[in-house]
Amino acid sequence: MSGPLIGVLALQGDVREHTHALRASGAEVVPVRRLSELAAVEGLVIPGGESTTMDRLLKVFELYEPLRARIADGLPVYGSCAGMILLADRILDGAGGQATVGGLDMTVRRNAFGRQVDSFEEDLDAPLLGAGEGDAPLHAIFIRAPWVEEVGPGVEVLATVRSGPAAGRIVAVRQGVLMATAFHPEIGSDHRVHRAFVDLVLANRRREESAAAADL
Amino acid sequence: MSEQSQSAQSEPTEPTGAAPEVGTARVKRGMAEMLKGGVIMDVVTADQAKIAEDAGAVAVMALERVPADIRAQGGVSRMSDPDMIDSIIETVSIPVMAKARIGHFVEAQVLQSLGVDYIDESEVLTPADYSHHIDKWQFTVPFVCGATNLGEALRRITEGAAMIRSKGEAGTGDVSNATTHMRTIRDEIRRLTSLPEDELYLAAKELQAPYELVKEVATNGKLPVVVFTAGGIATPADAAMMMQLGAEGVFVGSGIFKSGNPEQRAAAIVKATTFYDDPDVIAKVSRGLGEAMVGINVDDIPVPHRLAERGW
Repeated sequence: MSGPLIGVLALQGDVREHTHALRASGAEVVPVRRLSELAAVEGLVIPGGESTTMDRLLKVFELYEPLRARIADGLPVYGSCAGMILLADRILDGAGGQATVGGLDMTVRRNAFGRQVDSFEEDLDAPLLGAGEGDAPLHAIFIRAPWVEEVGPGVEVLATVRSGPAAGRIVAVRQGVLMATAFHPEIGSDHRVHRAFVDLVLANRRREESAAAADL
Repeated sequence: MSEQSQSAQSEPTEPTGAAPEVGTARVKRGMAEMLKGGVIMDVVTADQAKIAEDAGAVAVMALERVPADIRAQGGVSRMSDPDMIDSIIETVSIPVMAKARIGHFVEAQVLQSLGVDYIDESEVLTPADYSHHIDKWQFTVPFVCGATNLGEALRRITEGAAMIRSKGEAGTGDVSNATTHMRTIRDEIRRLTSLPEDELYLAAKELQAPYELVKEVATNGKLPVVVFTAGGIATPADAAMMMQLGAEGVFVGSGIFKSGNPEQRAAAIVKATTFYDDPDVIAKVSRGLGEAMVGINVDDIPVPHRLAERGW
């Protein structure tokens, strides 16, 4: 089976790192800045970056509604950091008028860990992301990161902070075909999170193909 | 620039303990990765910072006077008033950067204690030390430094800079020096990648930079940190040209708040930076912006007053 075609939202942020991690995980990758590019992909990554900047650009280039429509239609999407904020149904500490794409039933607090001097790296346990007992822990990099304040009933928690003042805070989630992490697995050479997302996109493709076959 | 984003020698080693670690090279360089494709705007008041955030800036640079005014008014130019930096930090939710004088490590300590997100050790301010730059490894907060060529960029990275920008000639609205710096850095990297390994020793000597770092750049075809452009950018087309020349993002100094319509110009430069390779978008956003900053030709500035020559 050919690798899935996954887009990286390329309005701003660390597009190159996600592109590299997705290719290393077997996907074909294209940047997405236009409607035609969004229409072509089987999965989408919203990268790390500045969520207010992406918000402004999604507004002026009229991408919010098409993106929400594709998510409502079942498009798998993974967001890291700013991407997590954009996938949240509700945000705290947003800039004035800041909107989100939404889709994940959760409340995310922006810059929750503090300013850049508080940015940190830490090992995480995340069995559903291939970092369970007996596996190497997932080394996570948090940069002016958000955390998940609360999740709705349909949301699976994939990882929480291990130690320090924020111990127990939720930093990775999944709901159906939507995934989000507060940290940046695209920085570094451990691609387990991206592989999990590529697998999700492939599973979604098989499901859609069998549903289409059943309709015939 | 290659797809390869991870570097060999300067790749920070994995911490061994599970406890949270702050101020690592990866966290500092990673912060700059998150700014890529974005515009960082000079602001001198909280109101301007708000305008910048609303326009889609990825960060603001807090300073007392924009370079054009520093140039016009002269005198010694220093770190900003902490009250002013505080008011900007309180007003916006995007990252706040601030400038320290070259070599002034105590200004940098103060800025770190105020909680700024990035320090620009900047030639736009009057240097405090004509021999030594700040030892940036001693700080938790990351630093960006200016460079006019590859050797200068590598020396700053050796001192701990986590991000590099071209110097350009700040406060002029004349983009020609930024163009020269971007082309020079790019061409010198390209030359390194074509050298046989045994000639890299001499290259390191000529660049006045550590051999390990030179070898890493030769192998990867890029610097181990993000490279932005700065100095003289005044229009959406200026920003897009720098991106096409390989800049990963843009600093705009006097170009926005010295123009006729800052709100609209700021938003236009943000859009042009995202669609830097699409002339239709750049044409559209360039319409009706009102007057650009007046500008000075770099050639008309006497050499002792050129800011790009500060730092070494």
